Amino acid sequence: MIDDTQRAAPIAQAPVKKKRGVAIQREVAVLLAMIVFNLIFTQHFLSLQTFNVNLTQVVTIVIVGIGMTLVVATGGIDLSVGASMAIAGALAPMLFMNIDGPPGVLLAFTLPVIAAAACGVFNGFLVTRLNVQPIVATLVLFIAGRGIAQVVTDGSLQAFNNPAFQWIALGKVAGVPFQILLMLALVASFTWIVRKTLFGKYLLVTGGNEDAAYLSGIPTARVKMIAYTACAALAGLAGLISISVNSSSDANVVGLGVELDAIAAVAVGGTALTGGKAYITGTLIGALIIQLLRYTLLAHGIPDAAALVLKAAIIIAAVYVQRKRG
Amino acid sequence: MAQTPLLDMQDIDIAFGGVAALKHARLSVAAGEVHALIGQNGAGKSTLIKILTGAYRKSAGTIRFDGREVDFRTPKDAREAGISTIYQEINLVPFRSVAENIFLGREPRRFGLIDWKTVQRRAAELLESFGLRIDVKKPVREYSTAIQQMVALARAVSSDAKLVIMDESTSSLDEREVELLFNVVRRLRDDGRAVTFVSHRLDELYALCDRVTVMRDGQTVAENSMQEMDKLKLVTTMLGRTLAAVVHEDSAVKEANLAKRGPVVLSTQGLAAGAKVTDVSLDVHAGEAVGLAGLLGSGRTETMRLLFGADRPARGVLAVGGESAAFKSPKDAIARGIAYLTEDRKAEGIVPELSVRDNLTLVCLPALTKRGVVDVSKQREIVDGFVESLGIKLRSPDQPIRELSGGNQQKVLLARWLATHPRLLLLDEPTRGIDVGAKADVAKIVRELRDAGLAVLLSASELEELTAVADRAVVIRDGETVARLDGAQMNEASIMDAIAYGAGAESTLAEAVEEARHDR
Repeated sequence: MIDDTQRAAPIAQAPVKKKRGVAIQREVAVLLAMIVFNLIFTQHFLSLQTFNVNLTQVVTIVIVGIGMTLVVATGGIDLSVGASMAIAGALAPMLFMNIDGPPGVLLAFTLPVIAAAACGVFNGFLVTRLNVQPIVATLVLFIAGRGIAQVVTDGSLQAFNNPAFQWIALGKVAGVPFQILLMLALVASFTWIVRKTLFGKYLLVTGGNEDAAYLSGIPTARVKMIAYTACAALAGLAGLISISVNSSSDANVVGLGVELDAIAAVAVGGTALTGGKAYITGTLIGALIIQLLRYTLLAHGIPDAAALVLKAAIIIAAVYVQRKRG
Repeated sequence: MAQTPLLDMQDIDIAFGGVAALKHARLSVAAGEVHALIGQNGAGKSTLIKILTGAYRKSAGTIRFDGREVDFRTPKDAREAGISTIYQEINLVPFRSVAENIFLGREPRRFGLIDWKTVQRRAAELLESFGLRIDVKKPVREYSTAIQQMVALARAVSSDAKLVIMDESTSSLDEREVELLFNVVRRLRDDGRAVTFVSHRLDELYALCDRVTVMRDGQTVAENSMQEMDKLKLVTTMLGRTLAAVVHEDSAVKEANLAKRGPVVLSTQGLAAGAKVTDVSLDVHAGEAVGLAGLLGSGRTETMRLLFGADRPARGVLAVGGESAAFKSPKDAIARGIAYLTEDRKAEGIVPELSVRDNLTLVCLPALTKRGVVDVSKQREIVDGFVESLGIKLRSPDQPIRELSGGNQQKVLLARWLATHPRLLLLDEPTRGIDVGAKADVAKIVRELRDAGLAVLLSASELEELTAVADRAVVIRDGETVARLDGAQMNEASIMDAIAYGAGAESTLAEAVEEARHDR
């Protein structure tokens, strides 16, 4: 069941089909190899707890990564996702701590995500209307966004205990953490959106050949605007999960460095950073590979510092493979 | 050619994945000659060149170059042995200066440092010997494609290349630039070097080349002197069949077409935008094909972009079906039934990584979408229909479009627009860079569309192609409409007159030009 975004439902032509599948099969193979390695060499690997620990670690990266995949597919990049997470994470406690009961929780889920989406609209505006390069345009909020979050919270840490709100991260359905199910549902829906919908096709065309898209009457500016807005909104949601896990919100820490993890997951997952491709499940697998690598090293007593170097090595390998793929 | 040739390739075989791409292919080129290598796309020209330059390895056959048997393993080996290749996409470093590009990797040194004064002086001298006086300190990208080609040639010359291969070097040049380039090539020839010239433009081959090698289906089917091959013989050899499709419709047929044409679909008065389009007036009726003639840079492409809403006019009137129209973007033009096949297939047409299916249905996609979801089976239906009716050759509709040949890509792009059921087709150089067979197919399709009642406005650099398809012509020169030609005036000579001299040219001149053409 490999995501083969642009080539949905190949016609019954065996050689073609085989060739197409290669795109992410390599990434899946790497992931499987790592799982097999751990099954053999890592103690207590085969347990629900290990499963849950590893998956919950990647939830925020994957959710941010989904949005990042959309933006990267247009040929752009979004550095401000960590800041969007921080803004959403700063706003939510102010809402549910000041407004009692279900209305407060409901507002805490909606308004912060809308605020994050507004950051995306701002990014989209810079990119589509003012024609600022995406990396520069999103650098604006990368720098200013966290500052805004700090101003909103006066720079203080907000600690809380609100089971209703925190259910998004701590709740379980049939023994599986709800956040994992949420992540899988998002992966599934965005995979479907990219493969089956008009927006999905337009996304790939906008990134694949923008001039051709414009001359075909495709609203490229709107497509990009949607991509940046969705990316920021998803980052906002990830921010809510992140503060729920920690039972506290610190504007200095929420989503710190997540943009790099998300971009790494996208790249390792086989989506070309030059645009025109969007492998959502690839991003999931990319995030899992990075996480499992970190876990494997930790489980075998190799310090986190060394893990960072290996993470870099994996990204280099992924980009190298992509270049060869042309 | 009595003496041993400089290059002699014999019985070259190569296969890709079990399929023979070349079978006993031959090519021999003597020093001091310009040798044409022609064939349809897929005939094996590029493969043969790639074997020669070390990009591919042959599976059988011998190559003798400069008196020795050779077998280059890499393009670098070939270059060092004296074979220099100039591709259509020029491989210069755009941001470095002309002088640097010419001597890149072989810079004259002084005390271990690059001697820039000498580099610049020698570069300037070299280009001056080509009759080209430009500032060699400026970056290459600031110059036109023609000058870039000449810089590439200068690089080849300065590296003492014995054989220069030019692969489709002229496809993006206009006539004046081509003439400049040809002078340089002739100088190389007179210098005793050999030049192999690959081109689809037959006129150029006759103007420049001494001998010709024709390839078809991976085999060398003719080696001859250019004089002994007339155009018809050349084309029929290349295609392996007599070509009824290139025979022109005579003026009586064209006039009959014009007589039964429908109402005006699009008209413009005094259209202007920027420096490229200053005053264009034309109209196109349903059921006629109008040729938009003019040199490269005369404003043809810019005019079409204005008609399609891709750029906005500064002045002038544009009307579609009698109502005035002000397009904000191509989307508006598409909504009014206008389709635009761009000149630059790669940059503005195909989305390379996407499937043929998605590429073909790109513009009509909203019509195949229900609540945001694309109906794949409807998409398939449309694609299958066009693959059949336009004769598109592919393995599968799900294969990425970049894998198709140029001619087939062009057909897919044409289908992309036909699927929108347009009233007016704007075709900008629809036959550029595709092989002769596909050209004939495109011409045939355009005629059928016109007969079905579509309005067609098409441009082509080669007047022969323009007059073959169009019923009448509108000539533009420096962004201005200078002539409208139909009936007896609808011929290459009259168009050339209008291009050269503007409106109201003497008809005797047209006859003289026509005669001169026949004499050659």
